Amino acid sequence: MGAKKAKTTQKGEVSVYALNPRLKKAFEATLEPPKGKKTYEISPTKEQKIEILRYMKLTRSIEDRIEQKLYRQGKIVGGVYVGRGQEAISVCTAMHMKKGDVASPTHRDMGIFLVRGVPPRRVIAQYMGRRNGLARGRDGNLHMGYMNIGLISPISHLGFNAPVISGVTLAMKQKGLKNVGFCMNGEGATSRGDWHEGINFCSIHKLPAIFIINNNQFSYSTPTSLSYNAEKLSDRAVGYGIPGETIDGNDVYQMFDSVGRAVKRARDGKGPTIIECITFRMTGHSAHDDAGYVPGKHFEDWKKKDPIERWVKTLKAEKLITDAILKKMDSEINEEIIAAADWGEAQALPEPEECLEDVYYNQESKWFALKEEIKEETDARANNLSRSD
Amino acid sequence: MPEPITYLEAIKQGMWEEMERDESVFILGEDVGVYGGAFRVTEGMLERFGEMRVIDTPISESLIVGAASGAALMGMKPIAEMQFIDFISCAFDQITNFAATCFYRCGEPLPIVIRGPAGGGTHGGPFHSKNVESIFFNTPGLKIVQPATVYDAKGLMKSAIRDPNPVIYLEHKLLYRRIKDTIPEDDFTVPIGEARIARGGRDISVITYGAMVWSALEAAEKLSKEDGIELEVVDLRSILPYDKDMILDSVKRTNRAIILHEATLTGGPGGEFASFIAENGFDYLDAPVVRVAAPDTPVPYSPPLENFFLPNAERLIKAVRKLAEY
Ligand SMILES: Cc1ncc(C[n+]2csc(CCOP(=O)(O)OP(=O)(O)O)c2C)c(N)n1
Ligand SMILES: [Mg+2]
Repeated sequence: MGAKKAKTTQKGEVSVYALNPRLKKAFEATLEPPKGKKTYEISPTKEQKIEILRYMKLTRSIEDRIEQKLYRQGKIVGGVYVGRGQEAISVCTAMHMKKGDVASPTHRDMGIFLVRGVPPRRVIAQYMGRRNGLARGRDGNLHMGYMNIGLISPISHLGFNAPVISGVTLAMKQKGLKNVGFCMNGEGATSRGDWHEGINFCSIHKLPAIFIINNNQFSYSTPTSLSYNAEKLSDRAVGYGIPGETIDGNDVYQMFDSVGRAVKRARDGKGPTIIECITFRMTGHSAHDDAGYVPGKHFEDWKKKDPIERWVKTLKAEKLITDAILKKMDSEINEEIIAAADWGEAQALPEPEECLEDVYYNQESKWFALKEEIKEETDARANNLSRSD
Repeated sequence: MPEPITYLEAIKQGMWEEMERDESVFILGEDVGVYGGAFRVTEGMLERFGEMRVIDTPISESLIVGAASGAALMGMKPIAEMQFIDFISCAFDQITNFAATCFYRCGEPLPIVIRGPAGGGTHGGPFHSKNVESIFFNTPGLKIVQPATVYDAKGLMKSAIRDPNPVIYLEHKLLYRRIKDTIPEDDFTVPIGEARIARGGRDISVITYGAMVWSALEAAEKLSKEDGIELEVVDLRSILPYDKDMILDSVKRTNRAIILHEATLTGGPGGEFASFIAENGFDYLDAPVVRVAAPDTPVPYSPPLENFFLPNAERLIKAVRKLAEY
């Protein structure tokens, strides 16, 4: 077969750029912030700018804690996948969610859970398989959800969510709601037939769905050149008769603007949009993967585009934050994460027999009490946010 | 006295009445709108309920089921039609991984019905004749029903729609227009998980469901006349969960059991029913539990092949006579 012969660097590493020259283009196009003073149609308010920073930092911190401490201490049940370097995507998306909006997040979208009000301690309990985690120990990591705050619990089978979000947004249309649904996927998952089936249906019916692709350039070890042959994934929009754009997923302004415009279109009944967010997974696929297949230079290059560092620079330039504010923010987050980790660890594991409960819907289920508890917590957190709802 | 109606009409009435009483019930599937469905089960529904509640979809079975699940998470009660139940394989992931696990994983009810024509006998060949219950039988969280009668067709449909879990509702296409009955006009339901005794008899229990119920009844009449053997026919109606009490109760009385289904033998539900009886009713048994099912082949097309493939009254009679002598 005519597999492309990968060029190797001096060290014998396979160069992603050699495999996929268009990524070099994407990288170069997004490395420098747009020249001159760029104006965006939709920008965060001052308060939102700070919140975006706080939530990106919170996301990074909790994942660092989970991956680099708790996992290594053997306290996490199962595998760990993080979204390091991709925080702008999940946080900026969730900042646009209003009450009644629904998202189906990926395994890199911790930020969505946090912005929607899931308390960090519940997240930790979840990762530790505790009965007070959002999945009560039935599933782990980000496989948790709560429809009351519009979060669909993901299953592992990537791409499943495009059809599901189609139904969510169909119901919104049937009920005459002004809400929207977010279908989050990695670029790898967009090769699944389900992704096509969902987006095609949403396009036909002009459903209020937004298809956000985090193109972190790899699906596990597979570079994009072996996942698809299009220049940009947003080019696929043409085939569905909808708009699509490719943006710098590490740039808060672009992320916020692009998602904001797509949300507006969707709320106005104009149908779905594809947003391809170029980013990079600043880790292996999971905590056990050393990402040896990614040339070292690539990590270095993308470190310069770290969304949090860039946003800090921007906010400093805009005189919205000072070192003192940052320091305070960091220590507050750190305290919260430490308390969360302690709380999570102190929670009980499920009773073995709970394995047998809730295979079918059951009015006496323990789910309902737990959800009541979580509702109070998420409501309280949501009330502290100047997010849209 | 109401007019007798067909099995197909009963299915339709079940859906229609639920759509009248509950605005959240809607239908989606291929050609279900203007055309009224490949078998006309949804005929007239578009006119009555409009295009927001009777939705023609592209050929996208995974979408059909996935969208049903998504809508259900939003409080709707979707009915997803598979044009032929065979195509449900394209939605396997959505059903087994997303829908069936939903309440267990995240405590959200998932009231969806997936329905469509199943079964052979119409020379539909390997891809328009299948019995898919075996494939989904091993999926905790799912319910699977197949009515044999006009009454159950309507009553089970209503229960399936009202059920907060995903239900696969299998329609035997051979029965669509072949059986007719008068049924009450009131709002009755048939509970999921409860079998019924289709025919009482003291000698051998035949545990079956779907179109095979009629083959069993035919065999029972013949055996009663010719051999003086009285079959008890247990119509399961629900395949998952199945009515363990009624199976055991029947076997206690007859001491012999035959399981009859149109699905192929190996890995079919019959294996589970037989093990259940062996484990829990061993003391009552005077003979081994016997299975009569289709052979382990794809469903063939040409009439002699398909006739050979499908279990029928004759084959059951043979098995009964052999078992009676044990
Ligand atoms: C249908 C399916 N096949 C395989 C896997 C195993 N798997 C988990 S994550 C992953 C890579 C996903 O890549 P992408 O969609 O780009 O998301 P990323 O992990 O890069 O964020 C794979 C292959 C899966 N979860 N689902
Ligand atoms: Mg990826």
